[in-house]
Amino acid sequence: MKRTLAVIVAATALVVSACGSKEDLSGAGQQAASGEVVVGSADFTENKILAEIYAAALKTTGATVSLRHGVGARELIVQALQDKSLGVVPEYTGNLLNYFDKTNTTTEAEEVYTALKSKAPAGLEVLEKSDAEDKDVLVVTKATADGGVKSIADLGSGKYVLGAAGEWAQRWQTKINELYGVTFTEIKTTDAGGPITVDALKNGTVQVINLYTTSADIKANGFVELEDPKTMYPAQNIVPLLRSDAVDAKGKEALNKVSAALTTENLADLVKRVDVDKETAANVAADFLKTVSL
Amino acid sequence: MGDIAKYLSDAGTRAALLDMLLDHVYLSLVPLVVSVVLAIVLGLLCHRFRQFNATLIGLSNIVYTIPSLALFAIIPALIGTRVLDPLNVIIALTVYTTALLVRPVAEALAAVPAHVTAAATAMGFRPLRRFLTVELPLSVPVLAAGVRVGSVSNISLVSVGALIGTGGLGTLFTDGFRQRYLAPIIIGIVLTLVLALVVDLLLVLLRNRLTPWARVVKP
Amino acid sequence: MIFADALAWLLDPVNWSGGKSIPTRVGIHLLYCLGAVLGASLIAVPLGLYVGHTGRGGVVLVGGSNALRALPTLGLVTFLYLIAGGGTVGVLIGLIVLAVPPILAGAYAGVQDVDRGVVDAARGMGMTGAQRLWRVEVPNALPLLVGGLRNATLQVVATASVAAYVGIETLGRPLLDGLRVLDYGQFVGGAILIALLAVVLDGVLAGVGRLVVPAGLRLTARSRSRRTPPRRREMPVPVESGGSTA
Repeated sequence: MKRTLAVIVAATALVVSACGSKEDLSGAGQQAASGEVVVGSADFTENKILAEIYAAALKTTGATVSLRHGVGARELIVQALQDKSLGVVPEYTGNLLNYFDKTNTTTEAEEVYTALKSKAPAGLEVLEKSDAEDKDVLVVTKATADGGVKSIADLGSGKYVLGAAGEWAQRWQTKINELYGVTFTEIKTTDAGGPITVDALKNGTVQVINLYTTSADIKANGFVELEDPKTMYPAQNIVPLLRSDAVDAKGKEALNKVSAALTTENLADLVKRVDVDKETAANVAADFLKTVSL
Repeated sequence: MGDIAKYLSDAGTRAALLDMLLDHVYLSLVPLVVSVVLAIVLGLLCHRFRQFNATLIGLSNIVYTIPSLALFAIIPALIGTRVLDPLNVIIALTVYTTALLVRPVAEALAAVPAHVTAAATAMGFRPLRRFLTVELPLSVPVLAAGVRVGSVSNISLVSVGALIGTGGLGTLFTDGFRQRYLAPIIIGIVLTLVLALVVDLLLVLLRNRLTPWARVVKP
Repeated sequence: MIFADALAWLLDPVNWSGGKSIPTRVGIHLLYCLGAVLGASLIAVPLGLYVGHTGRGGVVLVGGSNALRALPTLGLVTFLYLIAGGGTVGVLIGLIVLAVPPILAGAYAGVQDVDRGVVDAARGMGMTGAQRLWRVEVPNALPLLVGGLRNATLQVVATASVAAYVGIETLGRPLLDGLRVLDYGQFVGGAILIALLAVVLDGVLAGVGRLVVPAGLRLTARSRSRRTPPRRREMPVPVESGGSTA
């Protein structure tokens, strides 16, 4: 009986290890084989488009590139960069700096970028920032705005319910109270500027939501962006975050050219083409790349 | 319908769909194969050593109370795989499927009539040969029924992995949702169903090959 | 380490009050699960009993039920959200679809597995079809039927976490939120709560099962237990006995 078991255990080990090695060959996509650059993106449209643009730009330099979409929020992405599951991701200067440096108070674009360059953890680096920006913004319905809410300061204390992604409270709840004395009766977890958030504002479950300035939903629904006179939300220039050894000099140059060509306007247009006109992120990215001389 | 045609008209999209489909097959079927082997070993343990029985059945019951999303995401923290490694989903599904199969395997082995094993022993079969050529084949119908359920449920569970970035066809659901675009969601559901159906048919064919006597006995 | 974090999250008083408190979410989670199992029972129990009793439509039933199992809940829930413009209906339907196959399998296999001799005896005593169904087949089917309900409940409780993706505040919320920021304490805490809920509900149903199953049957059930299909989650046996492929 013992021998029987031994044979079976050995057979199992064989099958399991065979599967393990097949794993490495599989196209599952994120094995950082030598020379392959994996471009990742967070779980929202704009980031996905940017990742497609980065990937296409890197391909022009002769690099082998694969894409990995929908990775999730920043915490997961940074960990994936560090464990070499990812090579490059499109990021946003302000939020990235706040993530690397929890005590940061800088909000102005150049200062944020300078600070960011020095705060990136060992092995990771940011390339040149783009002028294109996609800031967090609090928005309300036109009716609420007409009722006298134009700025974050007008939200007052305990008057409204906010809808935002799960991490919002952790990042901003204290800050908004310090700067503007604003508190909410409740902060509902919705999603990161997606359908749940927008629908919650439309059907009145919440009265204020956190969106992003390039979102096509703002214009489409006639939402009003609240002013942020004390710049609670830092500058959010788009910037490639990468593991230094993942991309060669030519690749970095190509990414810098992409950043130079991106503007807030053309980015917002790309987002609209995907979210509203249902074009694919890859096609939209390819179109954009034609305008960049690589 | 027009939307779906438009969605499928893009060659890049079609290539991406094929990639997702292959990922999906890989993510759902590797666990199935591994867990069949594991379940046979564990089922045998249960069958031969009764003291394992209660423990294993209890464990497999507990496994089922863990949400798949939780199991997918906790594995890197437990065994140190990388956060985006498809291995996370594969291991999680292997755990589920093994839990599903252990009990039927143990029961099927127990249901092999004593006179059959006794006859094999009397013919001079050693335990290993007896197990592989008599007891295991006789358990195939029950095992196959379990494997069919396991394959269907794996194929449907893989989609949940989309929430952690490893979802095969499930990515179509999260993408479509964010874009408020039904076409990719519908295509994702249809492809999942077709995949489940095809795999099920293949499993039935395989079972019929492995149990030739069943055809003879059936009226 | 992870479990210490989870314990800390579970015991943090902040998580026990307000609109996002653990009790509120347990309540919402429970509500959706009960709604789904109840809804699925209303569809699956009569259907399973009917097909099991008449023996007609078994092939269609098994095939359809297997197809339902293959429907990805996440796909269904996102699809229905976009169609209905909200998460509630979508999540309920998605969970009902999930719960129908195991309940159907339990009801159908329960009736089908009743010893033919017993049914023939009932017929010989002059019982009508309805009498045979209600006095003989249903009581005999109860152990498997309750087993099907327990399977369905386990699956629904675990899967209701997906509802958080479309904005329903079930116990999936801490799972998804914790995952986004890699807060394993919150994440594992949520998972533990879901598992606990599943265990408790399963225990309750097991108790109910013991109360409703006739005493005489319990003895038979025990002696037959080696031949009954696995109780958990899915029941392969009806796939076989349905003869979809025979």
